[in-house]
Amino acid sequence: MSKVLLKVSGVSKSFGHVQALKDVNFELNEGEVLGLVGDNGAGKSTFIKILSGVHRKDKGEIIFDGDTVDFSSPSESIEAGFETVYQDLALAPDLPIYSNMFLGREMLRKGILGKLGFVDKDGMRKSVEKNIKKLKATLNHVDQEVGTLSGGQRQSVAITRAVIWGKKVIIMDEPTAALGVEESAKVLEIVKELKQHGITVIFISHTMPHVLEVSDKICVLRLGFTVANLNAAETTYEEVVEYITGARSQIEG
Amino acid sequence: MSDIKEFSPAKRRMYMLLSEYWIVLVFLLIYGIFIILEPLCFSLPFLSSTLNYMTEILILGVGVMFVVITAGIDLSIGPVEGAVGVGAALTMRSLVPVVGVPLAITAGVIVGILMGMVIGLLNGLIVTKMKLAPFIATLGMSVILTGSGYIFNNGLEVVGLPKVLARLGNMQFFGFIGTTTIVAWTVWLIFGIILKHTRFGVITYAYGSNPESTARAGINVDRHLIKVFMISSTLAALSGVLLIFRFNTGSPIAGANVTLYAIASCIIGGTSVLGGRGKMIGTLIGAAIISILVTGLVMLGVQTYWQQVATGLIIIFSVYADQLRQRNAFM
Repeated sequence: MSKVLLKVSGVSKSFGHVQALKDVNFELNEGEVLGLVGDNGAGKSTFIKILSGVHRKDKGEIIFDGDTVDFSSPSESIEAGFETVYQDLALAPDLPIYSNMFLGREMLRKGILGKLGFVDKDGMRKSVEKNIKKLKATLNHVDQEVGTLSGGQRQSVAITRAVIWGKKVIIMDEPTAALGVEESAKVLEIVKELKQHGITVIFISHTMPHVLEVSDKICVLRLGFTVANLNAAETTYEEVVEYITGARSQIEG
Repeated sequence: MSDIKEFSPAKRRMYMLLSEYWIVLVFLLIYGIFIILEPLCFSLPFLSSTLNYMTEILILGVGVMFVVITAGIDLSIGPVEGAVGVGAALTMRSLVPVVGVPLAITAGVIVGILMGMVIGLLNGLIVTKMKLAPFIATLGMSVILTGSGYIFNNGLEVVGLPKVLARLGNMQFFGFIGTTTIVAWTVWLIFGIILKHTRFGVITYAYGSNPESTARAGINVDRHLIKVFMISSTLAALSGVLLIFRFNTGSPIAGANVTLYAIASCIIGGTSVLGGRGKMIGTLIGAAIISILVTGLVMLGVQTYWQQVATGLIIIFSVYADQLRQRNAFM
């Protein structure tokens, strides 16, 4: 059941004289959650941007679903099955939940009306309701404007959007950073729910207890290197922090 | 969480309805006062002339509303009317001897509409490619067009057009609905449907709400914005052509004052200048309020300049009321 979905080896990237990534490695199975951790400037964001097609890697290899991939644009990454839930969530606050989830990929009516660009609002509502239920997200009404939702609910919208589009990998950049305790707990529940549905998640966070709670594997970056690939069940908070701060390392030098 | 539960969708819907009714109530209040002061305001001829007066503001308002929803503005719509009016009228007049009246009129209408499309395309390109703010781009365009309108015919009105134009433009249906009224309400209906029910409409709202996220959703936002400016200009051109039919002349000063009224009709009707929100029904009511102030004050024999004072007050209070509503809805 657990086949390797994503294998990253030796990925590096520099911007002019600054080498942001030097050697990133990890292996992720289908339906697993990878916690990607590291201090500010460790290279987490740069690496994520390579996966989402914003930047292009200099060296190294990324094998996704059996194929070597090298995305030159965000649309290529999206097409391959990656969906990034950005820190600022990329939602339109004045639009209802269901419109946001279908933004840019609206369901059209059948027949001539669809050809004229008429959207199938009921179809979209139903699909969104079904997926919200599936993920047990706490969203009351699909017609509610996103601007009126709480931070955690907005996360739910962004995540559900990724699920509706049948994505294989969801990359979440600091999903709990701006949330309170109760709200964070809900987002973590959804991450676990994603796992139940076989969706692979890359979870970037500074909040170590959250990472340990949801992750199967943890990849620690430091100064552009992968300094540790840990099994979340066998590691501790202290150990992860030691790798992050450089007190420990699995690599030499 | 409790604060979110308090604002159930039902309660929020009530707020929305209230804010929409609010502006309908303003209209009814104004009309009621006119009827009390001058009972003749409650008559078909009064209604007819109000509807007729309203057509120009309504067509322009519908078009510019798309731009306002994207958080932009189009200041060139009035001058488009003037330039198109002169351009289309000159085309008609010069072609009549060559191809006859019906074809000349058709050609003039086509030239007018094409002018509108090209002007909108230019506005859109200036905003998306030269990265100028819509305010600046369309301000520049409006001055250019005002000048062009005068240049086309040495500052004169284009007269001597076929009389059939005015006959077509001033037909009355059911005794009180004019040709231009039918065109204007049809435009309102069609573009209302586009805004509410099509992907184009959704993207228009989404862009105004968050241009960044709309772009990230894989939408070509530049192309969309250009189309939005083209709708605004093309409807302004249509309105300019209709003015030729109404008055049998092409005047460079047509549309000199109407730009701000059209924008006001959207804003009174609840379209947010910050983008992302606005309903077509609101623009209709906004245009109706502005129009009935003119026709009503004329009936009362009051100087119509008071209409401008009243419109200004209504703009300020309607936006204030809208802000109060938004604050309530979001807190």
